[in-house]
Amino acid sequence: MAFFSSTATVPQNLTFVSSNKLSFSPSSTTSFNFVSFPSFQSKFCKTITSSPQITRAHAPPTPSTETTTASSFHGLCYVVGDNIDTDQIIPAEHLTLVPSKPDEYQKLGSFALIGLPDSYTVRFVESGETKTKYSIIIGGANFGCGSSREHAPVALGASGAAAVVAESYARIFFRNSVATGEVYPLESETRLCEECRTGDVVTVELAENRLINHTSGKEYQLKPIGDAGPVIEAGGIFAYARKTGMIPTR
Amino acid sequence: MASSLVPSPSTSFFHTTKKDLNLSSFSSSSQRCHKHASRKIYCSVAAPQQTQRTPSTTGSVKTAMTMTEKIMARASEKQQVRPGDNIWTNVDILMTHDVCGPGSIGIFKKEFGEDAKVWDREKVVIIPDHYIFTSDERANRNVDILRDFCNEQDIKYFYDIKDLSNFKANPDYKGVCHIALAQEGHCRPGEVLLGTDSHTCTAGAFGQFATGIGNTDAGFVLGAGKLLLKVPPTLRFVMDGEMPDYLLAKDLILQIIGEITVAGATYKSMEFVGSTVESLNMEERMTLCNMVVEAGGKNGVIPPDSVTYKYLEGKTSVPYESVYSDQQARFLSEYRFDVTKLEPLVAKPHSPDNRALARECKDVKINRVYIGSCTGGKTEDFMAAAKVFLASGGKKVKVPTFLVPATQKVWMDVYSLPVPGSGGKTCSQIFEEAGCDTPASPSCGACLGGPKDTYARMNEPQVCVSTTNRNFPGRMGHREGEIYLASPYTAAASALTGYVTDPREFLQ
Repeated sequence: MAFFSSTATVPQNLTFVSSNKLSFSPSSTTSFNFVSFPSFQSKFCKTITSSPQITRAHAPPTPSTETTTASSFHGLCYVVGDNIDTDQIIPAEHLTLVPSKPDEYQKLGSFALIGLPDSYTVRFVESGETKTKYSIIIGGANFGCGSSREHAPVALGASGAAAVVAESYARIFFRNSVATGEVYPLESETRLCEECRTGDVVTVELAENRLINHTSGKEYQLKPIGDAGPVIEAGGIFAYARKTGMIPTR
Repeated sequence: MASSLVPSPSTSFFHTTKKDLNLSSFSSSSQRCHKHASRKIYCSVAAPQQTQRTPSTTGSVKTAMTMTEKIMARASEKQQVRPGDNIWTNVDILMTHDVCGPGSIGIFKKEFGEDAKVWDREKVVIIPDHYIFTSDERANRNVDILRDFCNEQDIKYFYDIKDLSNFKANPDYKGVCHIALAQEGHCRPGEVLLGTDSHTCTAGAFGQFATGIGNTDAGFVLGAGKLLLKVPPTLRFVMDGEMPDYLLAKDLILQIIGEITVAGATYKSMEFVGSTVESLNMEERMTLCNMVVEAGGKNGVIPPDSVTYKYLEGKTSVPYESVYSDQQARFLSEYRFDVTKLEPLVAKPHSPDNRALARECKDVKINRVYIGSCTGGKTEDFMAAAKVFLASGGKKVKVPTFLVPATQKVWMDVYSLPVPGSGGKTCSQIFEEAGCDTPASPSCGACLGGPKDTYARMNEPQVCVSTTNRNFPGRMGHREGEIYLASPYTAAASALTGYVTDPREFLQ
């Protein structure tokens, strides 16, 4: 179960208004580039930082259970509307891919949000690409409604998204996000899908429950994670169960 | 998004008592489901109907519980649970299928070890049903993965299929998981049933706690036999009145979803009671609970009664114990319906809560009709469709009409059971005379699109009236397809005219 601190690259013409609490990983402070693809894109993909953190759910488990969660996410945001259901996140024809198989996991990522109608002129994953340039998805109400397919949060995570900030969630999607650690499911106080635009540069600060939109210069309050907190903190349902003695340690 | 609540004949009876129980144990993530800003909610607030609970004189106070709370309390070996509690719940049955099974198995092996054994080989029910009759190699491989696992683990209930060219050549194969679970006696009052499919809530019709989970949770249950679940508060739906002969349970649930929206029951349990519910047969009750998830609901429940027990006779030898909501149990809200005032409905594209009267959509030209799925492909659903074709006096369908029985048993019923009032004809004969397509091999079929060669998949942008459960963009295949969700009566009537049609055109 893993949450990443995305490395950050910021266009030079933006002034940073936020405090020094932004947790850029050391390697990125020297890499201020203009937005240019695809090299820019690779910098926005999640990377494992040097700090002792993060093993992805599908990687072989490390012996020590020291998994501290990331403190922030940073990157471009992709904005969607209300009731984005699982068929839009990952159409059913792709469900023959088995998420626990590494190569099929990657394939799922390439199909993330491919079911969105054509009214979404900017695609989440460009055709021909396997990863997205957007680390953070901003959604409206009832994000992830529909099926219980875990392929949905898996596809988003596999594509390179780190977090979803939605007005509200459908319960199975929320639960699957927490269980897999593929995307961090956050809730906003207001309708960020009306405030932000696809391509805005945003930072999500977990401890402060705050989203900063650098492009617009605005900040927004997020809701605390709630009951899912202890499960996320522990590193997922398995880690939590081991920690609380419900299942034997490995 | 949601339909606006303009008072119409079907809402004149409508009365909501909203009692917002300020349950502080609720996490913030569970409270949002109503977007009040843009919706006019027609409701009248009355005095609270629940009386106060009297404190015990000996000290510890026991609060009355709803059915869902009681089932979860028992399953977690607690005397008492409250909405918002996160509890380790013992699982009676875990179901998985060909789409999510392989992933769940993968996680199980990774976390518990390659040589780990499932917690109980009799409590895991594995039912291939989604992508079966297809040449898609990965889909076929996924069934092989299930088989290998079942062999290795000596899983008692695996409804296997090997010969894809002839479903009848596979004696173990059933078809749609939720219907198979019921028909094979795996649904029992008072139990906890989890499945890697959102429509697992269907089993709530048997008075049990049944809900959908993902691969990771299922992998956990495979090894541990329990899961961390949050107790949901309950919304109560009271339906009274004699069911008109042009309405089916599908109309009732579309009415409810249209009322509370696709997020109206998020993190909540939906309890269905009342004289109308009691008059429904088991398959109709299953239809009601099936679409609980379309309202965001965690689970649905119907109190077990003689109808339930009659259905269960001979199906299971496992003892069970029904539970019922206490008199003084607290519900988040209560909705009351007089079903005699309701009319046949559709859910227009592209949301299950986009409710409209079928008769108001009579100018919508359609290209096809689909009758199938766990929602609308059971024996009773086909009987209902046949009834409309019969009542039309021999008319033929004007559009391709696809019929996909949910299970082998349903298929056999369609070919053998006489339809009342037909002089001994079977559904299949009536369908043939009406010009419908031949009933297809039982599976989930095109309800969710699936691989491109799936029977009846919508590969072009067309307008379809369907007895299935979801109509989000692309649900049945093509992203621009338009799906009108409807009852089997409405679907059959629409097939006969080539337009969305109120079944009263033929039934009255």
